[in-house]
Amino acid sequence: MTQDKHASAAARWTPWLALALLGAFPLLAPALGLDFYVGFVRRALIFALAAAGLNFILGFGGMAALGHAGFIGVGAYALVALVNAGVDSAWILWPAAVALAAGVAALIGLVALRTRGVYFIMITLAFAQMLYFIAVSLRVYGGDDGYNLPARPTLGLGLDLAHEPTLYWVVLALFAGVMALLNRATLSRFGHALTGIRDNETRMQAMGYPVFRLRLAAFAIAGAIAGLAGALLVTNNSFVSPAVMHWTQSATLIVMVVIGGVGRRWGGPVGAGVWILLEEFTKQYTDYWHLPLGVLLLLIVFLAPRGLVAVLQRKPRAVIAASPAGATE
Amino acid sequence: MNATLPMPSLRRSAAALAAFALSAGALAADPVKVGLALDISGPFATGGAEARDGINLAVKLLGNKLGGQPAEFLQADTAGSPDQAKQVVDRFIQRDKIDFFTGPTPSNVALAVGPTLFAAKVPFITSNPGPSQYAGAQCNPYFFGSAYQNDTWDEAAGKYATEKGFKSAVLIAPNYPAGRDHLTGFKRRFTGNVAGEIYSKVGQLDYAAELAQMRAAKPEAVFFFLPGAMGINFIKQFVASGLSKDITLVTTPASADEDTIAAVGEPMLGLFSTSQWSHDLPNAANEKFVAEFRRAYKRYPTFYAAQAYDVIMALDAAVRDVGGKVQDKPAVLKALKAARFDSVRGPFKYGNNNFPVQDYYLRVIGKNGEGKITNRTLSTPLKAYRDAYFEQCPLKS
Amino acid sequence: MTATLLIEQLLNGLGYGLMLFLLAAGLTLVFGIMDVMNLAHGSLFMGGAYVAAEVHTHNGSFVAAVGVAIAVVVMVALLLEVFLVRRLYGRDHLSQVLATFGLILIADDLVKMIWGPSPVMASAPAALAGPVELLSGLFYPAYRIVLLAAGVAVALGLYLLVNRTRIGMVVRAGASNRAMAEFMGVRVGRVFSLVFLLGAALAALAGALMGPITAVQIGMGEDILIPSLVVLVIGGIGSIRGALVAALLVGLVDTIGRAFVPMALATALPPTVVSDLAPAIAGLATYALMAGVLVFKPAGLFPARG
Repeated sequence: MTQDKHASAAARWTPWLALALLGAFPLLAPALGLDFYVGFVRRALIFALAAAGLNFILGFGGMAALGHAGFIGVGAYALVALVNAGVDSAWILWPAAVALAAGVAALIGLVALRTRGVYFIMITLAFAQMLYFIAVSLRVYGGDDGYNLPARPTLGLGLDLAHEPTLYWVVLALFAGVMALLNRATLSRFGHALTGIRDNETRMQAMGYPVFRLRLAAFAIAGAIAGLAGALLVTNNSFVSPAVMHWTQSATLIVMVVIGGVGRRWGGPVGAGVWILLEEFTKQYTDYWHLPLGVLLLLIVFLAPRGLVAVLQRKPRAVIAASPAGATE
Repeated sequence: MNATLPMPSLRRSAAALAAFALSAGALAADPVKVGLALDISGPFATGGAEARDGINLAVKLLGNKLGGQPAEFLQADTAGSPDQAKQVVDRFIQRDKIDFFTGPTPSNVALAVGPTLFAAKVPFITSNPGPSQYAGAQCNPYFFGSAYQNDTWDEAAGKYATEKGFKSAVLIAPNYPAGRDHLTGFKRRFTGNVAGEIYSKVGQLDYAAELAQMRAAKPEAVFFFLPGAMGINFIKQFVASGLSKDITLVTTPASADEDTIAAVGEPMLGLFSTSQWSHDLPNAANEKFVAEFRRAYKRYPTFYAAQAYDVIMALDAAVRDVGGKVQDKPAVLKALKAARFDSVRGPFKYGNNNFPVQDYYLRVIGKNGEGKITNRTLSTPLKAYRDAYFEQCPLKS
Repeated sequence: MTATLLIEQLLNGLGYGLMLFLLAAGLTLVFGIMDVMNLAHGSLFMGGAYVAAEVHTHNGSFVAAVGVAIAVVVMVALLLEVFLVRRLYGRDHLSQVLATFGLILIADDLVKMIWGPSPVMASAPAALAGPVELLSGLFYPAYRIVLLAAGVAVALGLYLLVNRTRIGMVVRAGASNRAMAEFMGVRVGRVFSLVFLLGAALAALAGALMGPITAVQIGMGEDILIPSLVVLVIGGIGSIRGALVAALLVGLVDTIGRAFVPMALATALPPTVVSDLAPAIAGLATYALMAGVLVFKPAGLFPARG
């Protein structure tokens, strides 16, 4: 009993501790000579955001979408299109990216959510590839060669986004805000209905829940979050190319979620952090950095299918079937 | 074994010595850092491998020094992807704090990473791409198109094709900035009829569809710009389809140099190309370069290697000119523009837009005295030639 | 638009479609019978291309190169099946996608370690390097004719195997209703291994044959994987006939997109715009085809499962 109390207390204040450490990082970095890594951690936070959104539909909603990077691309290119037309205020650019990504996700969801299983995987993949081809064909936004942002968007309020730590804190604040909202959502009636649909769709339908609309709403929300991640990514890199939407990026997002823990509240961010850190770390030491990551994937699938968060929390539970989709928070 | 020194006076002198060594170390200059973003994998891998060999040879001959200062050469793979190159450059600038940058083979990468480098005041001396954007309106004092401007090869080729009397030609290039530049350059000087202008995909290796279109258009010549493996496959498929019976192929060195010859062989005999460099140019620097290259790598160098070699030599001269003070950016830019190095092309100078003013030669592929298939320089269609964009560039000479 | 141009492009589309069929046939069998989604199928294709290129360069005999490539890849597939794929039966598709994606990463690096990061040159056999005059005025590369012949031969062979042999009957039974087949005494495990190895052999053959006309480089497996999956979905999971029809359809659509659409657009638009739009249209067309098929036939054209 005491173990459980300790475990849940730790689970409660660990995220706050992490937030504090992340917030303090840009202040500590120059002393440690890690200035470059402010941008690196920032990039990891952006991917953590996208992974969290994906976890919402994958883990809590049971929808295995292999096209999520497409919505990141929609958000990124929405920003590019507006910048190209002369807009430079983040107050317009970022919400526009979110709105467009949500809209595109809703439209795609209308078609894709009528399918199940492997067909759903394939159709979401197909739509993401379509978005990729559209981006490649848009010469005005650089096509395959990509688009260079002339300057970072402006935020006003005395905050200069060209100053690296400032952008970092803005990204961190957005990330924390979205995570708070997502956590609230998973605990709400909406979230519970979603997990109910994941576990037994027929029963939920019989009980009168609007299954399709609930799924569509979740899909659109995840798309919106991915769109925000896309907008922040372009802002961060000052560059985007269609490669950000390639199917291997979508696969990598799913990998991040599974590594972290499908259906676990912090599965997305933890998985994204671990993956990006490992990638960077192995790149320093060897040219052959794909191999350890591939091995890690195999280990996760066979030894820790419920992800690293489960391993870290080590709650004393009965052994559950080896399916990651069966995990709950 | 006692970790501390037994006698106080020795300890004090050791401390003093250490302090002196530390301060002396602080006074000694940091090594000059050069960022090399090379194409080791991806569609331009052959160019990247050649550039790396040229760079490594130059570095070896200079004893790992630039202008007498110790130098560090940081290499990274961009795989021909502007996305990956951007990440590499960000890391070079923010973490490694490079002083100079070179390496990419394709123009789209150069255009993608240029703005970041210029904003960080890191001179970008190109070892190959010379996009028209950087020669004209978007020219920048931090960019040095030391190899050639993309269009110039093709302007020479277009001039040759016109003089040879070809009435019609089909043009083909990959759809990226260099591809578009090259075909524009050819059209600028070719007065015959352009029977078709085809843009394929970067990295595309199957030209069945495009060859069918060429067969239908029935031109007298086909001018193509397809660097690396693209050109190798195109030439092979062109010959395999029987089109070489009626149509003459004209191209750029990107598909008519040692790397392509090694992969294609006999079918290339009689192929014409125009370039600002050839391995049989008779000047001292070139003879030394070719001899050293053959000794180190047992093959003739391509233009990728020659251009990359020249970049390192140019950096060597510039660092020497500023006495190792690479932080003094205006002085560095001035030294780079003065270009006081022995180029393998002979006497070298820049125009106002930091692109060279140089000769362009016509070569043909034949067998040399040893029976080896290689290029032979024939004539000089363009002498002391600038590019078509220098007037749009506001920089002064 | 002449008749020769039309025929030439149609032959190109047919050739590409048949190569896709070689890959999709293996994929559809593995997925249909074993219910395993194997993303690493593309890596087997890559392995076949690399080994064939290597052997051909050193040995000179193209037939030997293809044979060795198939043999090596089948052996690798055997090891994979015994140690990894077997443990993926019965797991959910997401785990399978992840594990096989991990295999892709490992395969890419293994290839990089053995052959280096730069693409490898694979040449067609010298005897087939020239054109053949099919009709008066219609020249077509001899090598591509061999590719067509090989594709047709494999299609026929698979048809005979699946429809006229005992093994084929067992495979079909397993594809349409695995549990029932098991109840009827079929040695399901043995059949699984055989199917996996057959799929690997076909992928290796496709890789060895396509090497000379495409880039033998790291990541070539991922590039061909998506079109193969599209063929799989359009054709119907578990159906070889579906894979063939779908592959030919996709090959046709791809050719129309790559060859005829640019020509049509070129009459109205400047060349750079044409080359921007054409690949987009070609790519979109394939996915639109898949989406369209799924709307009317949600399980594909010829689903094996009832």
